[in-house]
Amino acid sequence: MSSWLPTNPSSRRWLGLAPTYLVIGIFMLIPMIIMGTYSFMEANPYGGVKPVFSTAAYLQLAWEYDLDGTLVFNPGYLKIIWRSIGLSTMATVICLIFGFPVAYYITLQPENRRNFYIYLITIPFWTNLLIRTFAWIIILGRNGVIELPLLSLGIIDKSLRMMYSDGAIAIGLTYSYLPLMVLPIYASLEKLDFRLLEAASDLYSSRLEIMTKIVIPLSKPGIIAGCILVFIPCLGAFIAPNLLGGGKKLMLGSLVQFQFASARNWPFGSALSMLMLAVVVMALIFYARGAKKRAAGAES
Amino acid sequence: MKRILSTIAVAIWALSAGMAQAAEELFIYNWTEYTPPELVAKFEAETGIKVTVDTYDSNETLLAKLQAGATGYDLVVPSQNFVPIFVSEGLIQKVNVSGMSNFKNIEERWRNPAWDPQQEYSSPWQWGTTSFSYNSENYSGKGESLKEFFEPNEEASGRVSAFQTPDEVVNLANIYLGLPFCSEDPREMKKVQDLLVAQKQHIVAYNSETMSDMLASGEAVITNHWSGFSRLGRLTGAPIVYAYPKEGVVGWYDSLVVPTSAKNVDNARKFMDFMMDPVNMAMLTVNQGYGDSIIGSSAYYTEELKSAPEVNPPADVPVVFATTCSPKAQSLIDKVWTKVMQ
Repeated sequence: MSSWLPTNPSSRRWLGLAPTYLVIGIFMLIPMIIMGTYSFMEANPYGGVKPVFSTAAYLQLAWEYDLDGTLVFNPGYLKIIWRSIGLSTMATVICLIFGFPVAYYITLQPENRRNFYIYLITIPFWTNLLIRTFAWIIILGRNGVIELPLLSLGIIDKSLRMMYSDGAIAIGLTYSYLPLMVLPIYASLEKLDFRLLEAASDLYSSRLEIMTKIVIPLSKPGIIAGCILVFIPCLGAFIAPNLLGGGKKLMLGSLVQFQFASARNWPFGSALSMLMLAVVVMALIFYARGAKKRAAGAES
Repeated sequence: MKRILSTIAVAIWALSAGMAQAAEELFIYNWTEYTPPELVAKFEAETGIKVTVDTYDSNETLLAKLQAGATGYDLVVPSQNFVPIFVSEGLIQKVNVSGMSNFKNIEERWRNPAWDPQQEYSSPWQWGTTSFSYNSENYSGKGESLKEFFEPNEEASGRVSAFQTPDEVVNLANIYLGLPFCSEDPREMKKVQDLLVAQKQHIVAYNSETMSDMLASGEAVITNHWSGFSRLGRLTGAPIVYAYPKEGVVGWYDSLVVPTSAKNVDNARKFMDFMMDPVNMAMLTVNQGYGDSIIGSSAYYTEELKSAPEVNPPADVPVVFATTCSPKAQSLIDKVWTKVMQ
């Protein structure tokens, strides 16, 4: 064997894990360190940062220097954060309402057809999200696919103005991330032992009880994973808010993009990203705790 | 939007670049729908250089991209007020435009312009104006005042679209309010901010790309627009009228410049020289409908272009060219826009 390899087990373990550390280090830690560092610097008026320590970016989250130079409380960004959380929650709930029955239905199919349905669920991913979102402009727009038939049948007499609204953003988000809800729920339902359901109905459980006491509790990991997978990208989304919301109802993702692309305030964009990261990490900790509790519950 | 598409495009050609090393190449990064394919084809046929075009939607986007270290572009097309910023930030390089064979074709008044006094960096592309357009079927106004855009009446309320980036919107607001461009006075900029914040309740969307589509579908009845781009919308058959409000319109002059990181500088210079040939420039102008600054190009204009209302501003409407703002003025503009965007 090659003699240059370390012989003691702990060094070998490190060597074996080195690719993992390398990937996480290069693709996750270094960008995060850059982002964190930039968030504590001063903005250069024409883009980029000045290497001067400053907490202005974080201060800007809730306070601002008014045009006359006084420091005042500014709830503008907090409103955007609140709107992002609200819309993301809404999209997650709608995804769950539609995604769970779909996943359940697929689980009940014979095995060969199941795979086919899962394949169908993944088909939208083959087309670029931007193009699929553009399609919604045609569907929701004035004289679009929805309005035109209603107008010509005389059901409505003026435009419903569905485009460029919070509703349009929520529809766009739900549409974009629905498969991410279906797949993990399906994965956990697939492992469900259906004999439990038979046993329950033999023991006079109602259909509702079977659902709430057996199916939902047992698929809970999938439901939580699905919710996280939908909620997190929704928070950072900027295609749907820009295209369907008309860029005037900013969400966190579009706010960050705006700071880098137009407002030339990289530190503030970085600070916002750090804030989002904090929200996401909190959601994940919440999930991990739940998982630990469940594991403990299963052992006892 | 197309920004994302362009990111994907960049990724794809970054991958394919390795394979296509042998052929001569030129990568142009230009505004959306601003590079006529027939012009590119002619250049390719004459020189054998393979041209790839990628697009952006604002000067701000271009600046942000180059500032963030985007490489691989050989030519970009900033407006006059951004050229000095690109120079001072070291993002573009000297290519000695005044030494090119077709330099003599540039009209006297556009030669050695204020933003590039020795004409070391930039060669002409197009110049035009920024104002607003309206759909004459859905809107009874005549586009006589910027008031119709900034303080729309009942008829247009909720159906006005403005650009997504501050540069030109703020300048138009300055013209409307009778304030100078690039003001460093917070009180003046407060007036601009109040105007734009009040305008927001009438805005259907902030958009810098699909203005003509929005006018045609009726989603908007008034949109921020560029003169030639508005003409292109009208030529598709939509009742789009470009307004020349009495207060004035914003003028701009876009030029070709070569980023410092360009790999094919010689090819970029060839393209710059190619564009200073009247026949080629006329091809661009006929396609785009803005103005050009090349002597003799008008001989190749079509009748339609010569009589297009978008191209010919009324004599009594001032065309005010944007200037480069100081960092202080720029940060006030960014502050105002960030406030509007909340």
